[in-house]
Amino acid sequence: MANLAKAAQRTARLGEQRSIRSKLDYIHKNYFLYVLLAPALILTILFKYVPMYGAIIAFKDFSPLKGIWGSDWVGLKYFSKFLNSPNFTDIFFNTLKLSFYGLLLGFPVPILLAVMLNQIRKAGLKKNIQLVLYAPNFISVVVIVGMLFIFLSPTGPINQLIASVTGNPVIFMTEPEYFRSIYILSGIWQGAGWSSIIYVAALANVDPELHNAASLDGANLLQRIWHIDLPTIKPIMAIVFILAAGGIMSIGFEKAYLMQTSMNLPTSEIIPTYVYKVGLQSGNYAYSAAVGLFNSVINVVLLLTVNFIVKKLNEGEGLY
Amino acid sequence: MHVKHSNLDRFIISVNYILLGLAVLAIVVPLGYIVIASFMDPTVLLSKGLSFRISDWSVEGYRKILSNPAMLRGFANSVFYSTCFALISVTVSICAGYALSVNSLVGRNFFMTLFIITMFFSGGLIPTYLLVKNLGMLDTVWAILLPGAINVWDLILARTFFKGVPNELKEAANVDGASDWTIFFRIVLPLSKPIIFVIALYAFVGQWNSYFDAMIYLDNAQLHPLQLVLRSILIQNQTMPGMISDQLAMAELKRLSEMIKYSSIVISSLPLLVMYPFFQKYFEKGVMVGSLK
Repeated sequence: MANLAKAAQRTARLGEQRSIRSKLDYIHKNYFLYVLLAPALILTILFKYVPMYGAIIAFKDFSPLKGIWGSDWVGLKYFSKFLNSPNFTDIFFNTLKLSFYGLLLGFPVPILLAVMLNQIRKAGLKKNIQLVLYAPNFISVVVIVGMLFIFLSPTGPINQLIASVTGNPVIFMTEPEYFRSIYILSGIWQGAGWSSIIYVAALANVDPELHNAASLDGANLLQRIWHIDLPTIKPIMAIVFILAAGGIMSIGFEKAYLMQTSMNLPTSEIIPTYVYKVGLQSGNYAYSAAVGLFNSVINVVLLLTVNFIVKKLNEGEGLY
Repeated sequence: MHVKHSNLDRFIISVNYILLGLAVLAIVVPLGYIVIASFMDPTVLLSKGLSFRISDWSVEGYRKILSNPAMLRGFANSVFYSTCFALISVTVSICAGYALSVNSLVGRNFFMTLFIITMFFSGGLIPTYLLVKNLGMLDTVWAILLPGAINVWDLILARTFFKGVPNELKEAANVDGASDWTIFFRIVLPLSKPIIFVIALYAFVGQWNSYFDAMIYLDNAQLHPLQLVLRSILIQNQTMPGMISDQLAMAELKRLSEMIKYSSIVISSLPLLVMYPFFQKYFEKGVMVGSLK
């Protein structure tokens, strides 16, 4: 990212020195580059920027007949409607809690796995373990949730075990109190292995001489991991953390939606599922867009805040 | 590694092996359970749990699944969507990535910013849905193939890759009188097989496993991908029309629907799980190129 910015600055400076005429000349001579760029540009403007413009319906009384531009402005009406709705506190904190706990529990596991994998010296064995650990990443979220319903059903294998000990099955998928744990633990089960790749790759670059030297100085394995391995992957940890924290309000909507039952709604209703329901299922486009926009704004604020904090803690190394 | 291990180190290493072994078990056991259960007579499964007696086994679930039109159609649709989506994604990101890797490109900074902004801001679900609707793409395959086709991450990946292609190659070809097009198609593209492969795999897997776009954009069941068919079986507990006739008793219905669940999980996940060990190194390569930027 830093290189990218520097390179961009350099070209910007070069660009200023060129006259408009020579720029046009360049474009004319290298038109093929712009032809190559065109599909990506068209798709991005159409499917990313037009919806950004479309988000103004959050401030309008949208009527499909009048279109986005023709509908009347209503200012912040729909935002205050959401903030004052009786559901607001529940939905808002459900979203925050689910993501915050998910980040807190899920972030360290891939790092731990990578450090553990890094200790395995037999290349073949390491590769086979990785093969197994990555596998759940290739299973679809529909199948994962389907498996949760199977394993956690009152007659499923886990309840057969529980019932043989306590006599009473636990009704996991319909109890609000279990939703978060199931969501987060199954997320770790599915994603931790795959997320560890990036750290495994970074750890492969640690100079073995460092370990040798530390070992001669009497450092034990844990001390060497703590003082040599972990500092090596610290910059990557910072980036992964910032990105995860920036997505804190938007994670896992598709899975949460599948895991919802009418009974677990008190904890499983989060802003994105709410947006889908009031918007696409009930047709309140403007209200739903306002809720969605509220969510995105919080996301961006979180991203900037976390980036700022990490930069302070990490000797000036942030995402940007 | 010449590091000498102390007793403490040897203890830590043993603990490490045990923990990793547990992690492996935590993944193998549930997946193994599903596979074994898919081959079992559901009556036995429900009453006794897993059994390893051949007489308790049955392939009825697979027979039902493989003879079900909705499932087969879903499978075919998914193959079609994933393949086309991968083709479009690769074309778009390779072309744009190459253009953006050329240092002298006028407006490069501007274009790059334009793309990167979309990684952080989006219009949201409702405005995107309204756009797709206004474009008349509801209930067409375009709603699945186009809106997600441009992935900025892939674009950065491609751009990083092309930056590593030595300039001398292009210059030499230029001296030999090759046009820009010839250079791109005859020299650069053949060199970029690894990155094409990585982006195609990511796009294919992503599309194969997704259900949400199809759920909001496609009403017509004829167009539904595999994941939507699975959703109705696994999560909404619907037995598919035509799969089980009305005359069957409730118990039989329950028996069959259990069976179908297991075998449909295996059938839908198997293609990727079987293929992925062969592609593992490419996936890893992709992650690493991406991480080093």
